This record gives sequence, C-alpha cells and structure tokens, in this order.
Amino acid sequence: MEKVKVDFEVCKGCGLCVLACPKKLMQIGKKSNNKGYFVVECTDQNACVSCGSCARMCPDSALEVNR
Amino acid sequence: MATVYKKSAMLTDTPLHYCPGCTHGIAHKLIAETIEELGLVDNVVGIAPVGCGVFAYNYFNCDMQEAAHGRAPAVASAIKRVHKNTAVFSYQGDGDLASIGMAEIVHAATRGENITVIFINNAIYGMTGGQMAPTTLEGQKATTCIYGRQVRSAEGEVINGNPIHVSELLATLDGPAYIERVMLTDPANVMKAKKAVKKAFEYQMAKKGFTFVEIMSGCPTNWYMSPADALSFVKNEMTKKYPLGVFKDIEEAK
Repeated sequence: MEKVKVDFEVCKGCGLCVLACPKKLMQIGKKSNNKGYFVVECTDQNACVSCGSCARMCPDSALEVNR
Repeated sequence: MATVYKKSAMLTDTPLHYCPGCTHGIAHKLIAETIEELGLVDNVVGIAPVGCGVFAYNYFNCDMQEAAHGRAPAVASAIKRVHKNTAVFSYQGDGDLASIGMAEIVHAATRGENITVIFINNAIYGMTGGQMAPTTLEGQKATTCIYGRQVRSAEGEVINGNPIHVSELLATLDGPAYIERVMLTDPANVMKAKKAVKKAFEYQMAKKGFTFVEIMSGCPTNWYMSPADALSFVKNEMTKKYPLGVFKDIEEAK
C-alpha cells in the first residue's frame, strides 16, 4: 500500500505539499487531470517518513498519508 | 497500515472552487477537524459569508446559513440566541468583515456574543478581481490602486489611507474572550492555527464570550504570485504590519 495517496482528480498542482515535505519527496508530475492541472506525485514511497506535513498543507484535501 | 492523515468527515466530497494554492482550503480543514475533535458534529451551525468563501455551505458537512454581505456576525448572534447550546461559527473574509460588515462585527464583539468568528485576511478582495481591501498593505498593488496603496501624497493629502488592524481593534473592547492572529504558511503554523481555532470553539462552548481568530492567508491569483511566493509574502511582509499573537485571552488575564 502506498504511504502517500494522491486523489488525481482533486489535486490542483499548487505545490504547497512540495514546499512542506521535509524529505523533498513531492514533485509536480508530468500527467494532467481532467481539469488540466499537473498533479503532484511522491517520488519515493519507501523514503517517506509519514509525517503528514504534505496532507496538512494540502488545501484541497487531495492527499492521504499512511504509516 | 495506520492512517496518519485523511480528509475530515466534516467536509463534503464537493471539489473546492478556490484557486490553486489558496489557503482557504486549509482554513476549512482546520474548522472541520476541530468540530470533529470536540464532538460537535451534529451540534454546529456555520454562517457562510459573501466573498471567495461564499460557497462554504457546499463544503461543510453541517448546517450552514448564507448571510447578506458582512452580516454574518448578526445572523450568528441570532442563531446562537435561539440554539443556546449549539456551536455557531461564521467564516468571513476581509472585504466582508472589515469593510461592509465592520458595524456588525464590532457590535457582536462588544456585546460578547458566544460565537466564533473565523476571519480570513488576505489583504485584497479576491472574488471580485483584486480590488483594494481595508487590509491592503501600504505599497501593495491592487486593481484599484495600480501603483500600490499610498497613504498620503507628498503634499500631505490623504489618498488611500491606512490599512485597518481588526484583531487589535476588537481587542480594545470588553466583550471578546479570545482573539488571536495566526497564519497558514507552513505545517508548524497550520498546527498553531488549529490550536487557536480549537481554543476559540472551546471558549464558545464554555460560554466565555466572543471568540475571534484572524487567519492570514495568501491570494496567489490576485497578488500575481506563485503559491510559494504568496506564502513567503505572508510570512515576510504581512507579519510586519500584522504581527502574530494572542491579543486577548480572558483566561490568561486572570
């Protein structure tokens, strides 16, 4: 199971999670959703420390973090 | 696998209409989580404002009431007086609260109504297209002050005047029980903001008086900035004019 789950259609690609991640694992991806936003992705699920900072900063509640 | 963080059940599945990077969404989450944690899920009424937050009634999974422009504290007072044990909160922006609704907020505060007002200060009118708000900083550009807000001309004539400090203003009154200004720039400050919102709701349920949380938020679209730059503008520029902190807390004063 993925530690960071991104809701593909909800994300607006604002990048606030990219700023918040202490491990610098989040990045704006190359795929866009139906709204035309480039969706964020977690580059390394195994390196994630599950701190939840990205999800806490996400204005659209597009992220779910598991341990 | 244990879930560390997921969307609060107090928020509906409706996608937010806010621009990318707008911290209105974070403020919504803080209120929703607070309501859930305090066990007020079926005992809360929210008042939606006019402004960017006008569709807030679509996003909260509780009873919501839309108020006329600026009149949310008056509507909240009425609902609180009828439903005495129900948590009542209003969610207002700076154009709504600090401009057209100044009379309502000051009188609700000085009466000491047991309501919680969440004030989103983004220093601009967001929904109508970036006009100068009462909270716009000196030198900050807006569509109605294209060279930046100028308090006085070189000859001493008033041009745009000074921005207003709502938290400081309300803290001089006797009615408020709790007033704090917070910002939503990084996870640590988001946690502090959540603590402030939670304290406001707790004071309200203990019938201590009027509670007010000013949340400084970015407006990337109308500031013509990226979401990251908007957050650093809040952190570096807005906090100079609007310092963070607790302006009134009747429990600490005792």
